[in-house]
Amino acid sequence: MANMSPNKVKMKEQDPQVRNQNFLEVSLGYTPEEAMEEAQRCLNCKNPMCVKGCPVNVQIPDFIARIVQGDFAGAYHKITETNSFPAVCGRVCPQENQCEGKCVRAIKGESVGIGRLERFAADWYRENGDTPKVEIAKKGKKAAVVGAGPASLACAGDLAKRGYDVTVFEAFHTPGGVLMYGIPEFRLPKEIVRKEIEGLEALGVEIRRDMVIGKILSIDELRADGYETVFIGTGAGLPRFMGIEGESLNGVYSANEFLTRINLMKAYQFPEYDTPIEVGRNVAVIGGGNVAMDAARSAKRLGAENVYIVYRRSEEEMPARLEEVHHAKEEGIIFRVLENPTRILGEDGWVTGMECVSMELGEPDESGRRRPVEKAGSEHVLDVQTVIVAVGQSPNPLIKATTKDLQTQKWGGIVADETGATSIPGVYAGGDAVTGAATVILAMGAGKRAAAAMDEYMSKDHQ
Amino acid sequence: MFEIVRKRELNDAVKLMEIDAPLIAKKAQPGQFIILRIDEKGERIPLTIADFNPEKGTVTIIFQEVGATTKRLGQLNEGDALLDFVGPLGTASHLDGYKKVAVIGGGLGCAIAYPQAKKLHVMGAQVDSIIGFRNRDLIILEEEINAVSDRVFVATDDGSAGEKGFVSDVLRRLIDEGNAYDLVIAIGPLMMMKVVCDVTREYGIKTIVSMNPVMIDGTGMCGGCRVQVGGETKFACVDGPDFDGHLVDFDAAMSRQRMFRRAEQEADHRCRIGLTHGKDGVK
Repeated sequence: MANMSPNKVKMKEQDPQVRNQNFLEVSLGYTPEEAMEEAQRCLNCKNPMCVKGCPVNVQIPDFIARIVQGDFAGAYHKITETNSFPAVCGRVCPQENQCEGKCVRAIKGESVGIGRLERFAADWYRENGDTPKVEIAKKGKKAAVVGAGPASLACAGDLAKRGYDVTVFEAFHTPGGVLMYGIPEFRLPKEIVRKEIEGLEALGVEIRRDMVIGKILSIDELRADGYETVFIGTGAGLPRFMGIEGESLNGVYSANEFLTRINLMKAYQFPEYDTPIEVGRNVAVIGGGNVAMDAARSAKRLGAENVYIVYRRSEEEMPARLEEVHHAKEEGIIFRVLENPTRILGEDGWVTGMECVSMELGEPDESGRRRPVEKAGSEHVLDVQTVIVAVGQSPNPLIKATTKDLQTQKWGGIVADETGATSIPGVYAGGDAVTGAATVILAMGAGKRAAAAMDEYMSKDHQ
Repeated sequence: MFEIVRKRELNDAVKLMEIDAPLIAKKAQPGQFIILRIDEKGERIPLTIADFNPEKGTVTIIFQEVGATTKRLGQLNEGDALLDFVGPLGTASHLDGYKKVAVIGGGLGCAIAYPQAKKLHVMGAQVDSIIGFRNRDLIILEEEINAVSDRVFVATDDGSAGEKGFVSDVLRRLIDEGNAYDLVIAIGPLMMMKVVCDVTREYGIKTIVSMNPVMIDGTGMCGGCRVQVGGETKFACVDGPDFDGHLVDFDAAMSRQRMFRRAEQEADHRCRIGLTHGKDGVK
């Protein structure tokens, strides 16, 4: 008999007033009992809409049925048939727009906690599961993967499982891409990402760090070096600025710089770690996505008294995951919606305030969201010393600039078909480098599809 | 790991290190830079490539011990290794087609000016190098620069070596004496580059400067290295580090240089009074 409670089994969390002063994980996960209780809320629909809502089609009712039976290892293996990194996805996927958004239980009450259950199965397996040593028949062919973020790691893992010798080239000193430099420890512990990457290395994937492809080696050189196919998963790492007055002032960061200092370089442990960071008493974060939430919550943890999210539309239009908005509010982040910055004020080179105007919602624009319009005469100044710009990122142009036949869109995205094939035979691309900034799970899906296409390409004779 | 194969003290605070990095050595060009990290808890710092030897597989860096990382770097010796050494980053200098060039190096800037003078010399341009220092004890690379220049002019603030005065004064004199430069390369402290640009603007001589702002990744990702050039925001790491000196907003750049000074001074102070050992993380 299904558990007919309209609400998800609660997941324990650190107290908001405690956690907003540390970088430890906010959500603490389910116990086996809690997971089994939540799993029983799944109705095991004949035509499971949740699976259609998942970009990589995880067989959701099947894995949940295994949790009901207490077969946690079985649940994990069911998920990993289609999803390489469930511990990550369970934590960072926008489930409310994907699987959980399609769940019939959401019609009356809350959806099944699919994300929480996925996370549980992955965490349980990491602690208790054994990694069976699988013998993979080597094909004796080499593939290169550029970048080591979600798209690349998913692609590398699938290629290795198919028997290819895979080398991942990462520009940073640590692989993981946005999972390492972007998403904070309190939302996705770095140890989890490291474990996933160790798993790839155990499959035989070689990861070469400090290798900026496009500079130290070009795509053409990789191919001349015997890599029959190349996957480009270099993400969307180029920060956008607003183009308003005062963005050069000290105290203005791109969200990328702010988060990279904290997450990758561990500036929150300065001076034990050498990388510094400066945060004022009052901080404004411009933007309404997950990156903005991460930056705001990090600023609070670094000791800022008042942290504002400044967003030009209303809360309804915010692209951030619901849970992040909810957590941010609990932690005391102040939401200033329908407000748009017009210039950043400074004195002696440092930020002293940010001038904003109030907005109201007009007619829907091309994105279908109601267009924000300025209210005349509503200029006012926020008293802030730090401004963090989180209004989006564009693909990195390094590869494009050094690969002459690679076609790109006007805005910088690499042109690729649904298999990831680019304008150069044998060269594939996927993730944010193709789509512009999107989600971890979409990038992973693209990496997996490209791996299948690369396998097919390498199975044919191209002499 | 990247081994230090040679170390040399150029003066009390400036050191030269030759690093084993064969892939970078093969690709490096004058004007490009590397990013290094000493160890797991270290910060990433950019240093311009001072020389490179593709046959030997080495890249030379020259640095002044000013911050926590450069001080620690200076304590390493031949045989020690750096955890990370990334490059070659940035866009190479465009040096084609110039016939007579004045290459100006101010202090540590000589380390960056040297490979440019060398390349111009190899390409057959006439090179006048003007190198400036506060006093004679701080002079670096005079011999090396001499070997790749037609003429070398040394200036010191106190007159203890060469001419007394600034590099910009020497440049103005040389131009007034009838030297028709088709390019000036100026590399050194922001203030020096700004003053040189003021001089060359008067005479309408194209001037290239090299910017070395705060950065983390060196691939266009953090935006920390943004500089205002001709009213546009540029990233020194990918669009530069070379820029048209007549278009650079030096005042904004000087202001941005102070971004992390407060935090760093505090750390340096805590370090010296024994509150923390940066390297081992022991509090």
